[in-house]
Amino acid sequence: MAHPSVLDAPAVPAPLPTIPLSELAPFAIFGSILALVLLYFVGAEQGAMSIVGGSNVHEFVHDARHLLGFPCH
Amino acid sequence: MVRTLLIRGMLVGVVAAVLAFVVAKILGESQVGHAIAFESAHEVAQTAHEPEPVSRTVQSTIGLFTGLLVFGVAIGGLFSLAYACAQGRLGALRARATAGLVALAGFVGVYLLPDLKYPANPPAVGNPDTIGERTSLYFSMMLISLAVVIGGCVAARRLAPRFGGWDAALLSAAGGLVVVGLAYYVLPGVDETPEGFPADVLWRFRIASLTIHATVWATVGLLFGALTERANRTVPAVTPAPAPTLAGERPVASSGGSPVASGA
Repeated sequence: MAHPSVLDAPAVPAPLPTIPLSELAPFAIFGSILALVLLYFVGAEQGAMSIVGGSNVHEFVHDARHLLGFPCH
Repeated sequence: MVRTLLIRGMLVGVVAAVLAFVVAKILGESQVGHAIAFESAHEVAQTAHEPEPVSRTVQSTIGLFTGLLVFGVAIGGLFSLAYACAQGRLGALRARATAGLVALAGFVGVYLLPDLKYPANPPAVGNPDTIGERTSLYFSMMLISLAVVIGGCVAARRLAPRFGGWDAALLSAAGGLVVVGLAYYVLPGVDETPEGFPADVLWRFRIASLTIHATVWATVGLLFGALTERANRTVPAVTPAPAPTLAGERPVASSGGSPVASGA
């Protein structure tokens, strides 16, 4: 990370460089969508609604879904 | 910059998932087992358990691990993006403190606040006919909680120049509590624990769930912070660029600690 403003002695907390929101936006949008799709398959697929059909996804991640606190069935 | 953070976040998420798997195996699986035993003994409703397309062995090992792994990577990635946004915007905090606070906010917003209203339920608890309603209630509560936490952080930042970091954080947290309390009051409750379900199993299951989430968020926050801190220190010496003092980008909040609010 080529941000030079953190070069002071470690004892003195120099303010960290901010990342411009415009630079962050594409990562944030694409990353969030992707992560939400992943979370959907662990947390909700074949529960209240179903994209793939059947119950194999639901049953496979069954224990994780319960233990992570998502409504399961 | 963001790329490095995103990759680091996802890798840290993998580590978090491995630790969460250990916790889930030790604390969680025994309770899931008790709950399923209750379910079979009482033939509770017609839950999706009869045909068993996936064996219990698979569910409690590779299935559990896969679920936690996907969850960990997704949370790690989202966390790193939130960190990238928070870095340098929470006052004079170093990387590991920033990462710790972002993880705390994530834990509170994604798990703790929604879970206090709609707690985790083991198999046998919950009526399959209401799964649609319960799912939308749960995710609505999560959205509200996340909005409150993020809103609280933004509010604390805005209030910091006027009230100082500490008081700004307290004020924002109080405001967040009011909103969350209102949501708790307005949204309907769910009481679907079947007659005779052992209270101890329910309690231990929920504690296991809480511990799993705490493990994930603590690992992500602390490990990500440590790695980022180390990377920042080993940055090769370059002449410091003039500090980008965009107005409002970095409120002077060092007087009273961090202006960040956990939102609750």
